[in-house]
Amino acid sequence: MNSLAKPATWEKFFWPLLTAALLLAVWHYSVIWTATKVFPSPLSVEKGLVELAHKHVLWADIIDSLRRVATGFGLAAIIGIPFGLALGWYPALNQIFNPVLQILRPISPIAWIPVAIIFFGIGDKPATFLVFLGAFFPIVVACASGVSNVPSIYRRAGRNFGLSSPQILARVVFPAALPQILIGLRIALGIAWLVVVAGEMIAVDSGLGYLVIDSRNSGKRYDLVVAAMLIIGVIGLALDVIFRQVEKIRSVRWGFRS
Amino acid sequence: MDHVRKIFERDGNSISVLEDISLDVRNGEFICLVGPSGCGKSTLLNVMGGFLSPTSGSVAIDGETVQGPDPRRILVFQERGVFPWLTVEGNIGFGLSKLSDAERKQRIAHYVQLVRLQGFEHSYPSDLSGGMKQRLQVARALAVNPDILYLDEPFGALDSVTRFIMRGELLRIWQTERRTIIFVTHDIDEAVQLADRVVVLSSRPAKIQDVLTIDIEHPRNLSSPRYLELRDQLAQKIGLAFSA
Repeated sequence: MNSLAKPATWEKFFWPLLTAALLLAVWHYSVIWTATKVFPSPLSVEKGLVELAHKHVLWADIIDSLRRVATGFGLAAIIGIPFGLALGWYPALNQIFNPVLQILRPISPIAWIPVAIIFFGIGDKPATFLVFLGAFFPIVVACASGVSNVPSIYRRAGRNFGLSSPQILARVVFPAALPQILIGLRIALGIAWLVVVAGEMIAVDSGLGYLVIDSRNSGKRYDLVVAAMLIIGVIGLALDVIFRQVEKIRSVRWGFRS
Repeated sequence: MDHVRKIFERDGNSISVLEDISLDVRNGEFICLVGPSGCGKSTLLNVMGGFLSPTSGSVAIDGETVQGPDPRRILVFQERGVFPWLTVEGNIGFGLSKLSDAERKQRIAHYVQLVRLQGFEHSYPSDLSGGMKQRLQVARALAVNPDILYLDEPFGALDSVTRFIMRGELLRIWQTERRTIIFVTHDIDEAVQLADRVVVLSSRPAKIQDVLTIDIEHPRNLSSPRYLELRDQLAQKIGLAFSA
């Protein structure tokens, strides 16, 4: 395949599907050859998926997970965007907060689980809090670096046209930083989806994370475990695809490779 | 705008970039600043625009000392000056938020026409060529009705053909709008073709080495003996001997 040539339409679907099919085949035959009694084959996972789909609880779990992501991610965006913009805009503020941020940022949200349970007990709140933590730092960092990376030429043009500082922030710096802010939000959404599953395994008794751990604990239903994992993967992909539509808006498209 | 006087010395890490520069510019005049690269042409422009303050001396326009950037004098950058998140209309209208909607629309339409970007009103800069982007930047600058336009090597990033066309366009715009233009370039032809007076700066620290008056009517014949003579003179002043 010539990498410069545009792939034909059939190729766009053929190669990914072939890869997936090969992977399924390897999985299928590995299960047969190793004669494992524990790990499920693709076929039993498929049956598991059907079984889950018929259970009312699956939809409730999906909705619970999505709700926690929406709340935690939403809060992280509402608080993190203005905070990050302020850090990028006022270097003095950044100097004050940066060391604390740099220490808190590498701590996995999973490590916060015990603390979250002390703060909020068991239930929706600790899980949402973990999602918030996971999403907050990437959003803050993206906004701060987005603002400080705005070429000085834009700010100078803004000043030249007689704009006040708040006007420059709103009409020049924010739109100039927006593509980078959106990239940060997208990364944060991906992390939020990773974290909610982990959080639900411990801090709460509903959601897709709980479904995974519960399927294992109540009768070692590994077919359901893997089925739930696949559902998590597909929903994560869907969230990313939906979010990427934002990048197609005309006033931010300049910031993304075409 | 009658008297612009600048006497300053600027210390960046106590490197003197501009030394004792004094110049009067008449209203409506087209001045080209030429000099070796890195001599401080852009610094001088930034001081005149109010983006940098002089270490000593001052810049005055119509008797009023320049204190900071002001929409009455707009700086046009070499490239990346237009806002990529705004359409052509949005860019031209950027400095016009104080006008009423009708007035703003009319002003935008006028300048779209002037820089010949009709049909591209709703295009984004990423869809425009380099020359179109620079025309857009000039239109955005002119739309706020400035007294002076500072152009910092505005065609420096363009190919030579586009550059040639852009000079003609700029002259046409200057002749219709009659603003004072101060134009930084290191291109001798550009200076002789455009300017009323060419100010030759020395290498750093920049001093005014010479001021050459180009006494040819527009449109200039680029192969007339007088043109070639002035071009040679300018080349010699910059330190390049063409007719050796």
